[in-house]
Parts: sequence; C-alpha cells; structure tokens
Amino acid sequence: MKTLLQLTAVSKSFGAVRALRNVSLDLRPGEVHALLGENGAGKSTLIRIITGAHAPDSGRLEIQGLPVRHFSPATAHSLGIACVYQQPALFPDLTVAENIALRLESVSAWRRVRWKSRRDLATSLLRRLGSDLSPDAEVRTLSMPAQQLVEIACALGAGARIVIMDEPTASLTRPEQERLQGIVRDLRADGVGVIYITHRLEEVFALADRVTVLRDGESVGTRRVHPLPRQRGVPDNFASVVGDPPVQDEAELIRLMVGREVSQLFPSADGTPGRVVLSLRGVSCAECGVRDVSLDVRAGEVVGLAGLMGAGRTELAGVLFGLSPADSGQILLDETPVTIRSPQEAVALGIAYVPEDRRRHGVILEMAMAHNMTLAIHRRLFPGTWLRLGAECDLALEFMRELAIKATGPDAPAGSLSGGNQQKVALARWLATRPRLLILDEPTQGVDVGAKSEIHRLIRRLADQGMAVLMISSDLPEILGMSDRIGVLRGGALQAMLPRNSEARTVMSAALGMSGAGEVAA
Amino acid sequence: MSTSGRTRAEAGAKAGRGRGLRFSREWTVTGALLLLLGFMAFTAPGFFEPQPLLSRLTAAAPRLVVTCGLVLVMLCRQIDISVGSLFAICSVAAGLLIAASVPFPLAVAAAVGLGALGGAVNGTLVAGLRLPSIVVTLATMVTGREALRLARQGVFVNLPDGVQWFGLSMVSGQLVVCGVALAVLTGLALALRFLSAGRWVYAAGSDAEAARLAGLHPRLTTLATFVLLGALTGVAAILNLVQSPQVDPASGRLLELEAIAAAVVGGVAVSGGRGSLWGVFAGFLLLTCISPALTHLGVKPYWDKAIQGGIILLAVVADGLGRRKGNR
Repeated sequence: MKTLLQLTAVSKSFGAVRALRNVSLDLRPGEVHALLGENGAGKSTLIRIITGAHAPDSGRLEIQGLPVRHFSPATAHSLGIACVYQQPALFPDLTVAENIALRLESVSAWRRVRWKSRRDLATSLLRRLGSDLSPDAEVRTLSMPAQQLVEIACALGAGARIVIMDEPTASLTRPEQERLQGIVRDLRADGVGVIYITHRLEEVFALADRVTVLRDGESVGTRRVHPLPRQRGVPDNFASVVGDPPVQDEAELIRLMVGREVSQLFPSADGTPGRVVLSLRGVSCAECGVRDVSLDVRAGEVVGLAGLMGAGRTELAGVLFGLSPADSGQILLDETPVTIRSPQEAVALGIAYVPEDRRRHGVILEMAMAHNMTLAIHRRLFPGTWLRLGAECDLALEFMRELAIKATGPDAPAGSLSGGNQQKVALARWLATRPRLLILDEPTQGVDVGAKSEIHRLIRRLADQGMAVLMISSDLPEILGMSDRIGVLRGGALQAMLPRNSEARTVMSAALGMSGAGEVAA
Repeated sequence: MSTSGRTRAEAGAKAGRGRGLRFSREWTVTGALLLLLGFMAFTAPGFFEPQPLLSRLTAAAPRLVVTCGLVLVMLCRQIDISVGSLFAICSVAAGLLIAASVPFPLAVAAAVGLGALGGAVNGTLVAGLRLPSIVVTLATMVTGREALRLARQGVFVNLPDGVQWFGLSMVSGQLVVCGVALAVLTGLALALRFLSAGRWVYAAGSDAEAARLAGLHPRLTTLATFVLLGALTGVAAILNLVQSPQVDPASGRLLELEAIAAAVVGGVAVSGGRGSLWGVFAGFLLLTCISPALTHLGVKPYWDKAIQGGIILLAVVADGLGRRKGNR
C-alpha cells in the first residue's frame, strides 16, 4: 500500500468564496508532510475535509486506496484519522484518563466504567510518549504542552494511521517543541503518516519529509525536504517513487507562500538608541513571581525578552502595565519614579501593552475595527461630550493605510479580520495613544509569514521614530532578528542581558539556566 | 447609513459569527411590526383609534423604561431579574410618601433613589464580588418581593386626589407618561452611540478582560448599568403610579420577563455586547401590539401569550441558525 491518503483535485467553496481549488495531496506511511500557507490559504478547510467536517464540492478522497463517500467525522475516526488541534479540544473539568477514555471507549450509556483499566490505558499511552503525567490530573490544571500530549495520546490509543497536527508548537517553548518533534519522529518510525501544519520554516526543515504549500486555496507546489528516506520498516524506496523536486531553501518556501520575493526576513536597525525611557531597579512582585529585575529600555531600541514558558516574561509585562503591581524595587519612566497600580495608570503614563493571546484580549472581536482603535484615546480624540464618529472613521482609515490593514472598512468587526490584521488593529489602538513605551507580548504568534514581516518592519519603524519597545517572544529567530538587546528571563529573574547578534545557542542556554551564558547587565 | 450597514453585513458574513443577522435584526423586527400594523389597517381600522391606542401605549410605557435599563445591563453580559420586585417596592414607597402628603417631586426623587440603591446592591454584588448576576438578582428578587409582602400584607395604598395623571387631564397625563418613556429611550439610544460611556458598555459586555487591558473600567461600567437600571425602575414605578388611584403591592409581576422578551426579540444578545435600542423599541412595540390586535381580530385572548412566546422562540431560533450558518 503506497498511499495512506490521496486527495485529487479537491475544491470547496463557501458561498462566493472559493476556499480550495483543485488541491491534490498525498500522504505516505512513515512520512511527515508539512503543510505551509499564510492564514486564509485554505489549510483549515483542507484539514476539515480530511477529518470529515466538510464535504468537498468536487474532487476525490481516497483513504488507504479506497475511495470514500459520505464522509463524516465518525467515519474519519474509524478509518484511523486523528487530528491534534492547535488549541487542544479537551474537557477541562475531566481528568486525563477520562478525556482519553471519552475518545477511545465505545459509547454506551449503560456500560459500567472500569476505572482501573481506564487509568492503566492512559498511563501506558502517556508512557509511550515519554510523559509522566498523572492520569488523575484534571485537564484544566495542565499546561498547554501537556494538554497536547493528551491529544496525541488519544490519537495513539485510537491506533491512528493518519495524524494531523495543526500548529502544534505555536505556543510551545523551544525544549517543548523539541520533545514534540521527537514524538512526531517516533510516530513516523511506526509508519504513521503525519500532516504537519506550521508557520515555522525551521520546523519544516527539521521535521518534514515533504512540504506542500497552499496559497489562496490552491496548491502551489510540493517539495521534497530530505533527499533520502531514513525510515526503517517502510518498504517503499522514496527516492525512486517521489517525483517531487527538492526544496532549495527557506526563501523558496516563503516565495511560494507569499507569491513574491521577501527580500530579507528582518528589517535592520538604523540610528542609535537615545535616552533611557524605562528603567527597572530591582523590581519584584511576589504574587506573580517576578524577582529582582533590573533593566533599561532606551528610546529607539527594541529590547527582546526571551525565556521559557513560565519564565515570568508575561508576568513582568503585567507588572509594568499595572495588572499585578510591583511590591518592591523602583520603576523609572524618563528618570521619574512612578508607581503603576492599574492599567489605567499605565495608559496615563504612556505605556502601551499589546497582550499575548490576541484572539481573546488584544482586540474586542465583536466591536467595529474603528471602535477598537480609538478605545484608549477617547479623551484626546473627543474633547467634548459627544463622540465624533467622522473623526473616528478618519483616524481608522489613516491607520488602515499606514499599517496596511486589510478589511472591508472601518465598520468591519475586528473578528472578521485575519489574525495578522487583528494584531495590527491591536497595535493601532496603542499607537494611537502615542506611547513612550510599547510592550509587545508575542506580537506575531499565529500570524502568517507575510503579515509577520510587515509587523516586524512596523516595530522597527516605531523604534526608529523614537519609541522604546519591549518585545516578548518565544520565536527565537524573531528575538534574534529584531532585538537590539536581548534580556533572558528564567524563574522570574533576569538571567542574562545579551547584545545584538547573539547566537541562538547562547540565548537558549541562558533560558535553560546553563552557566557561561553571558553576563547580567547592571 | 445603508451603505455602512451593508458593509457591516458583508463583513459579518465573513466573520462567521452571524453578524449579518445582528444588523438585520432591527430591520426584520421593524418589518414584522409594520406588517402587523399594515394588516390591522386593512382588517381592523378600529385598532388605530387614538384613544384606546394611547391608553394601551401609556399602560405599557413603564415597561419600556425598565426594558431600556435592562438592555444596558444585558449589553454588559449581565441580567437582572429583580426589576419586578424593585418596581413594586418603589411603587409602594412612593405611594406611601405621597399618601403621607410628602410633595410629589420629593416622592419621585425617593422612588428613583430607592431604585438606584437597589440597583447598586445588585451591581456591587455582581461587579464587585464577581458573582453570577442571575443568582444575585434571583436572591434580591425573592427577598424584595417577600419583604414587601411581609410589610404590606397585600394592602393597597390609596393615593390622594390630584396625583392621578399628575393632576392633569387624562389625555395630557397619558401624553406626559408616553413622552417621558420616549425621552428615556431616545436619550439612552443617543448615549449608547455618541458617548464614550456607550462604548464602554459594549466593550465590557463583549470582552471584559480586553476592555480592562485597553485601560477601561469594565467592572465600574457594569455597576453603573445596574444603578441606572434601578433608577429607571424607580422612574417606571412613578409612571405606573400616576395611572391609577391605588398602588398594588403585587405590581410588577413578570415585568422582568416581559422586559427580557422585548430585548431578545429586538436583537439584544444574552451573551452581551450586541444589540441596539432601536431594535428593542421595535420588539417592544411588536409584543405590546399583539394583544390588542388579537382583540380587534376577535381571536380569543388566550392566544396572546402563546403568540408572544412564539415570537420570542422565533427570535432565539433565528439567532441560533444565524450563528450556525456563520460558523462555517
């Protein structure tokens, strides 16, 4: 059997929108097939067709050589297709074992629950994944990577032959990513076919055997990533069967994705940093675990904050934005000591914070884009009693032009925009406040490559205009490419302050707390 | 206006959250209302005779005032089911004061103040202690109603002469009552659209955490809507009080449900952040006109509530279907 899954000329439209056009894709046993594409390129629709959530308008779908009709999620499940979503779809109030059992045990209202075998099953599955998670842990208490492990355990337990992973590493830190990649390699060694969706190109090169790029609902090419298959126990000799051309480099993939050349990944800094805008002196917050952080951010400078998940980066941002006020140490803004006890005070002091998890709290999804943008500047924009909707609309149009926000108009609800554009709206809101200090928390998480480099250019431009930028990111290339200086946090404390052009290895070893990783700046 | 409405609807269709429906709901309800009125104009022109019509609208005016307040609370993703009890308390209190020959304006102030106080209690518990509003207001509803029963034992309050219709002629009094209600409606509708505070309400109801991160005060906003609803309940109590020579301590029963029904039919989302007072007004008129329309058509009055229930159900189902279609 050569192919696990074969899609031939699949098309799908939603109303007037053609989500997929003549997309063909095949997946072989023991293969990791990466799926790349900007947001809105049709990846999710393709996944929904493979998992049976949508029926294609035309085209054929064959699973293990057999054509399938009347495809439903239940059929997909029984045919050994499992999907690990970016946001794990688990029941937070149930335990790990119960969650796994819900997916794997046969459904019958009157079947007696065998708690022991349920727990044993969960333990053995998790152990196969090299995890020591307790099967009795409530899922709500687990971290994101642990929840993903549970999802993967479900797929394993179901004996899935086709596993789809939708941006599994988007919210993971480096070591967690590496563990997950190890698991994917194990799956591949067992002959499972993995469709792997990611925005991180380096992951494609680290993990994938082949990569298919989608753009505007069409497949613009499939490339071979590794010259030779390294799997054992897979009878096919890939080199002879695979007709796909090998991929040249990252730039080629980016070109395929965006359909144009991206000259350089990160904008270069010009101009020298000016006065010190923000100065932290031994800032601690017992409640949120920030310990004795001393740090300067100058005007015109992007200071990157690296660290593992839970290293206290977002917490430090919370301290600066008054979400969890500092209980010792000093915060100086333009050399004036300040106390920041609430977001309102932070805003009044000229601090802006674009939070992590944009989908939930960066913009208000139901509100019109224009309303989102002016939310923090009502007092300045509307000096009188009444709102001036015309002025508001003009401001929104200006930002749309300046930040290249793609939307039907200022009235479009923020939720109708793509992820990258939502992030730009969140940015616009804070730029409108003309802040002295801009704190960005994972500014490009879940944003497609094109929008990502636009946001990078924008951040650099703001810094060049004299803004002080503090940028939290788990995306190591982003930290390395964007930052003038890199602060590495570990356990709530500043572990190292590294200069521009530091090596990834140096940052990582500081984040992991290894010695010799660089000096802590005063 | 229509252009912007259309782009919104288009964007909404893409947003996949049933927004197209959100902005057309005002139109569908208005359309249904016009259809009903048009139908009545042909089949039973007697429906439009000014005097009975004015009387009916006057009787419903207090409910409109309460509905307007409740819409604010619902936009904040909260609910208040204690408005009926509070309405009765304010009515009785104002009645007793007037009966004790306290000047009328003072009695009005007392009713409004008492209402605001009741709203503040609810709001503090909900916004301050972050308790679920349905439970909090269930508790205050039962407590208020029972306390009133204990205190009054069901005895009506007799009002002195010259209080009914503010001492004016009946028609003038009715016009004043309807005028006040319409002023409240218009004022709040304008405030929601053209005041910063209006934005805060939508922001708090759509995503309180995002509003907080934008430097707003969503909890204060929520508290303020409860206080405003309480005060408006006091206003409504006065508008009701002037319509009869007595105050019934059991008045305001089911008021909360009627108000919620009008809001839901008018397109206010129970999940907060969505809806407009224009739609609510249309929904309110639609539900209010059903009963007299049936009378004029010679349909047995038992059908009244069933049809109202059907309309509410239709509104909720339409919302649900719209959302499902949008989720594609």
